[in-house]
Amino acid sequence: MIINGVTIDATFAEAFPMKATRAIITAQNEKWAMISAQAMTGFATSVIACGCEAGIERVLGPDETPDGRPGVSIMIFAMGGKGLAKQLETRAGQCVLTSPTSALFAGIDGGIRIPLGKNLRYFGDGFQIAKVIAGKRYWRIPVMDGEFLSEATTGQVDAIGGGNFLVLAQSQPQALAACEAAIEAMRKIPNVIMPFPGGVVRSGSKVGSKYKTLNASTNDAFCPTLKGATKTDLSPEIESVMEIVIDGLSKADIDLAMRVGIQAVCDLGAENGIKRISAGNYGGKLGPFHFHLQEIMA
Amino acid sequence: MSALTFTLINPPAQRVDMSPLVCHLLKDLAVADIAALHLQSGKRKLRVDELFTIEGVDSQAIVIKNSTAKLDFIGKELDGGSITVEGDAGAYLGMGMKSGELKVHGNAGLYAACEMKKGYLEVSGNVGDFLGAALPGNKMGMKGGTILVKGNVGQRAGDHMRRGNILIEGNAGDYCGSRMTAGTIAVMGQTGRFLGYAMRRGTLLLWNPPQLSASFNDCGAHTLAFLPILFASFKTLDSKFADSTLAFNRVQRYAGDMSEMGRGEVLVKL
Repeated sequence: MIINGVTIDATFAEAFPMKATRAIITAQNEKWAMISAQAMTGFATSVIACGCEAGIERVLGPDETPDGRPGVSIMIFAMGGKGLAKQLETRAGQCVLTSPTSALFAGIDGGIRIPLGKNLRYFGDGFQIAKVIAGKRYWRIPVMDGEFLSEATTGQVDAIGGGNFLVLAQSQPQALAACEAAIEAMRKIPNVIMPFPGGVVRSGSKVGSKYKTLNASTNDAFCPTLKGATKTDLSPEIESVMEIVIDGLSKADIDLAMRVGIQAVCDLGAENGIKRISAGNYGGKLGPFHFHLQEIMA
Repeated sequence: MSALTFTLINPPAQRVDMSPLVCHLLKDLAVADIAALHLQSGKRKLRVDELFTIEGVDSQAIVIKNSTAKLDFIGKELDGGSITVEGDAGAYLGMGMKSGELKVHGNAGLYAACEMKKGYLEVSGNVGDFLGAALPGNKMGMKGGTILVKGNVGQRAGDHMRRGNILIEGNAGDYCGSRMTAGTIAVMGQTGRFLGYAMRRGTLLLWNPPQLSASFNDCGAHTLAFLPILFASFKTLDSKFADSTLAFNRVQRYAGDMSEMGRGEVLVKL
């Protein structure tokens, strides 16, 4: 398949079941809601070493948030429910509770309930106040700038992590420009996050390593500087490869995000140095969710 | 289906225990069986059709017409469905109510919604003492649900209240929120003496400055984030509480009762 001069490989991205949650952070203005959201989703690019994958889903207007203030919706993905709950709680405690003027609300009403402010309340040292409003429990925790308001719980749902595609370009600036265009388009899609810095990862990995202590290492088949030194998957004109990883609440959400992202890359086309779109997989043996690029773009 | 309507034929000489006439107890009964039920009135037991004419069939939507203040225990432990009272209601209205909706187009007597657990109670007129309170000797009053009173309430509203909302458009008598354990009482009108007497936790939300005891301490003026959410939850009510122009998030906060554990608060609109 070729779109605008860009070859779409007959391959698939392989993804895994994860657990996910969503939280809504509000603040006095969008600037401070975003600062808090960025802190909460920081150091959460990959479960390989971060314990979770997290990202900002979108900015919310005052009419979309529970307390009528500007807000940001964030999502966190982890391999299991316990890990997710721990990551959510520590991040909420260190990054949102501490952030000036912030408040924290559930972003998923259904699902299994996991603590959001339920345990953070103990920071109130006995001065915390519970309020049950319209069936939802909130905690008011006295803090130095006033009161930190947090919903007690949020929802944990089944999700999918590891949807991805690779952008193969003639130069590094062209690969990055294409990925930026893809991310801009994909950020408009609900229920997905792209957890890597700016949504783009330049160090895609393969499973395993020659070093026994490592369970992941550089994806040498897609490293352009190793074209003559390893079993490469790159043609001579490819000088740079970048990857976009997508975590989403459902296969349909990731399908849509991949389609929108790949289309944005293909819109730049061969004339802007984009040569191929490929994807990372492990032969289909590890992850139950397969995202076939040509089916998605058909 | 038309609402099951009980129209009082004559004002009863003695007080009547209306507790058998609730939606969940009448669910599987035919109208003839309902007519044959007995209600305690003074020392006598009267058939329902001696006191009321009965129309309609839908036992999940009960209407009581020509009601008087001698009809006690209306909606006692109501568990689903709706009861509408046209006229006054006696004592113990909605006592121990578990779910459903109870509306009174008139006044209600003592101990309305006492030990209520869940559901919605609305009274368009005034209500007597001990609204949402615990029964004498008990330690736990209202545990959940919402009460809306469009008129005034008597003394000891929310006595021993544990959870839920009591919304009062008019005035509240003395000892409003006394011995509260938690929950919210909002009063748009005036409040009486000994507000929040011995309250442990909970919120008294006031539109007018109260006469506070010395055991309440001023914590200053604050903008509280939970208030917009609280007011938003009242939006669906047929009440002044749904009027966004009357909502606020800037309050003077008083902590008390310091003669008790002192974790309660009185929030006064600024």
